[in-house]
Amino acid sequence: MEATKQYIDFYSEVCETIASRSQTEMNAQREAALRTFSTQGFPSPKVERYRYAKVEADFSPNYGIALTPLSGPLPPYCFRMADAEPRVRVLYNNVADKADSIVALNTMLCVDTLVVHVPRGVRVEHPIQISNILKGEQDTMVSRRILIVMEELSEADVIITDRAASQSRFLTNQVIEVIMGDGSRLSLYDVEETHLLCTRYNSVFVRQGRDSRLHHTSLTLFNGHTRNRLDVQLQGEGSEVTANGCVIADKMQRVDNNTLIDHQTPACQSSELYKYVLDDSAVGAFAGKVLVREGAQKTVSKETNANLCATRSARMYSQPMLEIYADDVQCSHGSTVGQMNETALFYMRQRGIDEREARLLLKAAFITEVIETIPLESLRDRLHVLVDKRLRGELSKCEGCKLCK
Amino acid sequence: MLEIRDLHANINGKEILKGIDLTVGDGEVHAIMGLNGAGKSTLSNVIVGHPSYEVTQGCITFNGKDLLSLKPEERAHEGIFLSFQQPVEIPGVSMVNFMRAALNAKRKYQGLEPMPAGDFLKLMREKRSIVELDSKLTSRSVNEGFSGGEKKRNEIFQMAMLEPTLAILDETDSGLDVDALRVVAEGFNKLRKPKTSAIVITHYQRLLDYLKPDVVHVLIDGRIVKTGGPELATEIERNGFDWIIKGMSL
Repeated sequence: MEATKQYIDFYSEVCETIASRSQTEMNAQREAALRTFSTQGFPSPKVERYRYAKVEADFSPNYGIALTPLSGPLPPYCFRMADAEPRVRVLYNNVADKADSIVALNTMLCVDTLVVHVPRGVRVEHPIQISNILKGEQDTMVSRRILIVMEELSEADVIITDRAASQSRFLTNQVIEVIMGDGSRLSLYDVEETHLLCTRYNSVFVRQGRDSRLHHTSLTLFNGHTRNRLDVQLQGEGSEVTANGCVIADKMQRVDNNTLIDHQTPACQSSELYKYVLDDSAVGAFAGKVLVREGAQKTVSKETNANLCATRSARMYSQPMLEIYADDVQCSHGSTVGQMNETALFYMRQRGIDEREARLLLKAAFITEVIETIPLESLRDRLHVLVDKRLRGELSKCEGCKLCK
Repeated sequence: MLEIRDLHANINGKEILKGIDLTVGDGEVHAIMGLNGAGKSTLSNVIVGHPSYEVTQGCITFNGKDLLSLKPEERAHEGIFLSFQQPVEIPGVSMVNFMRAALNAKRKYQGLEPMPAGDFLKLMREKRSIVELDSKLTSRSVNEGFSGGEKKRNEIFQMAMLEPTLAILDETDSGLDVDALRVVAEGFNKLRKPKTSAIVITHYQRLLDYLKPDVVHVLIDGRIVKTGGPELATEIERNGFDWIIKGMSL
């Protein structure tokens, strides 16, 4: 409760400053968000979708709160909220779960929105890359908001990367809203490569129109504490979503992926594959619900969560869920938690590969399946390299880090 | 090359090897025959350093080095290769990456630079043809979806790549049809250099017809009870092991 009060007090102090730096569409949502946040506070582990997160603890430390609008040059098809078309601006906060207090906190504190707007029929040739770089000497909390609007029959690849350039503590509360028009196609990649002192809450909300295709990949390569939420509403008939993810975590890292695929209309397809490699005392959680509503006939859905715990102290919580209210559907779900394959390990050592390298090859092999599903070839190749580096410990920015000494 | 003296070994506290003595000289082929459960696979696993087996007594020297003090990967670098009875499938690890890692680890041990990519792929092509291994197989994950025969062929292919000085073939003939057996055995013979030695574990004469052992040993209940020339294998093929076992009890 203490943390909740701190944020409310802070907001009442700075609400005028925020409003003056922001836009009408965003300001219009703040009062309602404040009410939601004040009533609910930070969700406790008793709230189903926050079972595996430690929200209060994550938000409690004393952070300086960043209230700066977007700066710097933006990629093509990207706009600051103020520069976006009015018909796009009104879509703000339309898809996000307004009843969620983490989303509400973002709506209260966020000053600007990065709008990605791809007009009708436009096929964006080069991937749109959005880099979030955390930088600063002080411990900082950042509220980020992205609104992606794919008009009918448009196509794009969007790569969002989270990095940290300094060794301060960072807390990110990010909300991404995606609206996909009929027949649109979007590949959305979310790559986190931060450090042990970074905490990230990332909530992604998607609404898909008729025959639209979404390929979403979430990659947690390096982090401190991360909670990713993905909610997809398959609203138009014949729409399809592929939601994959991979996690590499060790030391005391924590990664929680929480997904909801909501089949609202007939003939939609969804496929989910999340794979975790956990080492040392890392903790992973995956809770994924597939909801097939009444009338959503001919639904095809597949959900898989596979995990590799390389040590006895690594922990994985896996909870695939299927809720079906239609009678002509094809749905499956499953999860596995396994250890290192000792037989394979010995086979490799007999061929002369030392134990460390053999373990590394097996871990990379486990993750490969997810990376191979990525349609963008250049990114796939890059990620194979990044995963290898990560497993070799070359990616961990441990210089000067308080935990790794 | 290889000297085993009074070797005793346990698995899960149960003694399997009860005092093995075996000397394999440069360029010699030794066959080890015996009933299931006699300890043949245990012997090969102990030589390559499988962590599940515990050596309780005795010693093994390999080219003058104390083998038991070396890690499995170091034994491999020294030139020992085991063709597994059941080769392991490793999904997600490509044959190319697997072989490159193995070959370059050995080169590093020998103080050599990693092999350039072009030379490596050329070597893969060259060695593949010796065991008639389809190029589709070497572009897949290690042993994944391979048939029984393809897995055994792949073992000999790996041997060809790593050029060991002592090869242990653990029931390489099991699960092979006559044609596959010929390809594997002829492949092995093509790869042999004058100094390459081999220990061939088998139940059958068939493989030995190709490999032409210098010495044949019979292993029963953790001990070598009989040693002879190639004619011993022929005799076992004809009369089984009973006469040897009966001879023991006399």
